[in-house]
Amino acid sequence: MKSLEELKKLRDESKKNLEMRDTNKKIRIVVGMATCGISAGARPVLQTLIEEVDKNNLNDVQVVQTGCIGICRYEPIVEVYKPGEEKVTYIFVDSRKAKRIISEHIINGNVVNEYTIGSEEKRK
Amino acid sequence: MAIFRSQVLVCGGTGCSSSNSAKIKEQFESKIEEMSLDKEVQVISTGCFGLCEEGPIVVVYPEGAFYNKMTVEKVDRIVEEHLYKGRLVKEYLYEDSIDEDIIKSLSEVDFYNKQKRVSLRNCGIINPEDIREYIAKDGYMALGKALTEMTPVEVIQVVKDSGIRGRGGGGFPTGVKWGFAAPNKADQKYIICNADEGDPGAFMDRSILEGDPHSVLEAMAIAGYAIGATKGYVYVRAEYPIAVKRLEIAIDQAKKEGLLGKDIFGSGFDFDVEIRLGAGAFVCGEETALIASIEGKRGMSRNKPPFPANKGLWGKPTIINNVETLSNIPQIINNGAEWFRSFGTEKSPGTKVFALGGKINNTGLVEIPMGTTLEEVIYDIGGGCPDGKQFKAVQTGGPSGGCITRDHLKTPIDFDSLVELGSMMGSGGMIVMDEDNCMVDVARFFLDFTVDESCGKCTPCREGTKRMLEILNKIVEGKGTLEDLDTLEELSETIKNTSLCGLGQTAPNPVISTLKYFRDEYEAHVTSKTCPSGVCQALLSYKITDNCRGCTKCVRVCSVDAISGKVKEVHEIDQDKCIKCGACMEACPFDAIIKK
Repeated sequence: MKSLEELKKLRDESKKNLEMRDTNKKIRIVVGMATCGISAGARPVLQTLIEEVDKNNLNDVQVVQTGCIGICRYEPIVEVYKPGEEKVTYIFVDSRKAKRIISEHIINGNVVNEYTIGSEEKRK
Repeated sequence: MAIFRSQVLVCGGTGCSSSNSAKIKEQFESKIEEMSLDKEVQVISTGCFGLCEEGPIVVVYPEGAFYNKMTVEKVDRIVEEHLYKGRLVKEYLYEDSIDEDIIKSLSEVDFYNKQKRVSLRNCGIINPEDIREYIAKDGYMALGKALTEMTPVEVIQVVKDSGIRGRGGGGFPTGVKWGFAAPNKADQKYIICNADEGDPGAFMDRSILEGDPHSVLEAMAIAGYAIGATKGYVYVRAEYPIAVKRLEIAIDQAKKEGLLGKDIFGSGFDFDVEIRLGAGAFVCGEETALIASIEGKRGMSRNKPPFPANKGLWGKPTIINNVETLSNIPQIINNGAEWFRSFGTEKSPGTKVFALGGKINNTGLVEIPMGTTLEEVIYDIGGGCPDGKQFKAVQTGGPSGGCITRDHLKTPIDFDSLVELGSMMGSGGMIVMDEDNCMVDVARFFLDFTVDESCGKCTPCREGTKRMLEILNKIVEGKGTLEDLDTLEELSETIKNTSLCGLGQTAPNPVISTLKYFRDEYEAHVTSKTCPSGVCQALLSYKITDNCRGCTKCVRVCSVDAISGKVKEVHEIDQDKCIKCGACMEACPFDAIIKK
């Protein structure tokens, strides 16, 4: 170790692996990972979300899995909890949609309306 | 670096290791591989979480799910349900950590929410065998700051201003100690980390070394820079194999990263650390005995002065600091003296780690701001005595301390208040006793320990403690007299005043304090020859009450044929024959046998 800068760089690189152990994050993304979700393809969605969060250094976002949300026909389901906002439920999510959710909703703050459960219900 | 979606932290402290946590970790790894989750889920071994009573402990992130009392058998279900399907296995979760189906963050659980973790901040959170995880938690930043931005004088000043006092028992201000060694001119100076934790029931230092070894190494290097030492020794007992192994790994990794060794941070400062194993003699926790032991001599203390800060290891200026003291130093450098002073009391700033043991529900490791009351520690954090038993006293400071009774539970804990009560902080062992503990027996237990551990160099300690133990043995055997109590007091005073080192000077404390607060128990032993708590075997007798149905079970288990009686009639114990083994009492299905 030759300088404080070098250590700081190493620290910031190393931080990522510990991010997960901070349970006080503001934004939570929950992926339904029961049998229904997994068979509909939730696993790659979860993986994509984690990768995108990491790639964009979204330190305040926690990606967790949950059991059956109860509306199995809409799986894979992703729910986004942001403080001060109502919960947003995205349905039929795949990797491509997951990337858009991260870039538009999580980063830019605009809900991707066309993927939400609300727009699907309206269509009926 | 691979990105994982979940991390499983398995406690690898000594407590959980002894209840099989290594096997649990292996099972997680093999099951996770079997389910093809090994690219998604990482299994990590950590240091102590503190709540040893509930061990082995496993915490799963990102949820922060706290699984207690884990077994190898439980692992498969957690992997299948929680890690694969995202469903928490509720019945395995620590009861206090769930509130109407929501997992509370660990800091909200009763056991943790009154604690303030400074020394233990990384324990149970990072992998102690991976320097990167320590660095991610601002590790070695303090060393970098000290070496590149501060002068040695400034470092000592910050430590002085913080008011931190030695956590090993003495409570001497650490900054002042450093200040003694710094101006001494010598071709070589030394830093020693005292990890010779010897009090029965104390395991703070072990847990810090096991859970966060780099914090100690970093602090040693900072201390080295402050006083001008380039060489450090960690004196750790060989009975701490996990701590030793993690220290070795940590030293190795720090050297590879250039955080120990030559020209650290390009500052021209060199610092190297070596481990010295102690054979586990209690006296070697005393500075001068410890130095003798490192030098390869027999571990015996010597007269002070000269103090080690002037003439220590191999006659060179040496600073000896305790593990817990050191683990605070990097944070003091990073956050400043004022930050440290924001915890604790005016004269005892900061936090203190205590090892809670004995008759207490939540056995384990707690860290609290100084000034927290004993009541809060024992009841709010410790959960009180098990089985609804009445709290009687708490022994602080191990064999060098004294007991503190119910009347003083409201006392705020700091170095000075405990001394006022006739006890001491010691290194932080806290042994809780309930109504079933005989205080004479407790005093005898501690004295038995110090007699064993006396190095034998000075007469008061070698002979005096031995005589005291003989008297106590007499008392618990029912052969004591009232004069014996006076002799005990007289001996205590003499030994305290005339012993060479801290071991002898504090050895009578358990006797003095129990005599002060529980003289009635001593008197019961010598005058009416009874043990009020029903502990001292020689003073007890077993009796059969009218509840006896004459089933003859007791007759069959009695190895000395002391019980007689006809079938279906009340039996009797021949007190002359009875050896008080208690087998009959255990065998009786009607609870008809009592111990009095």
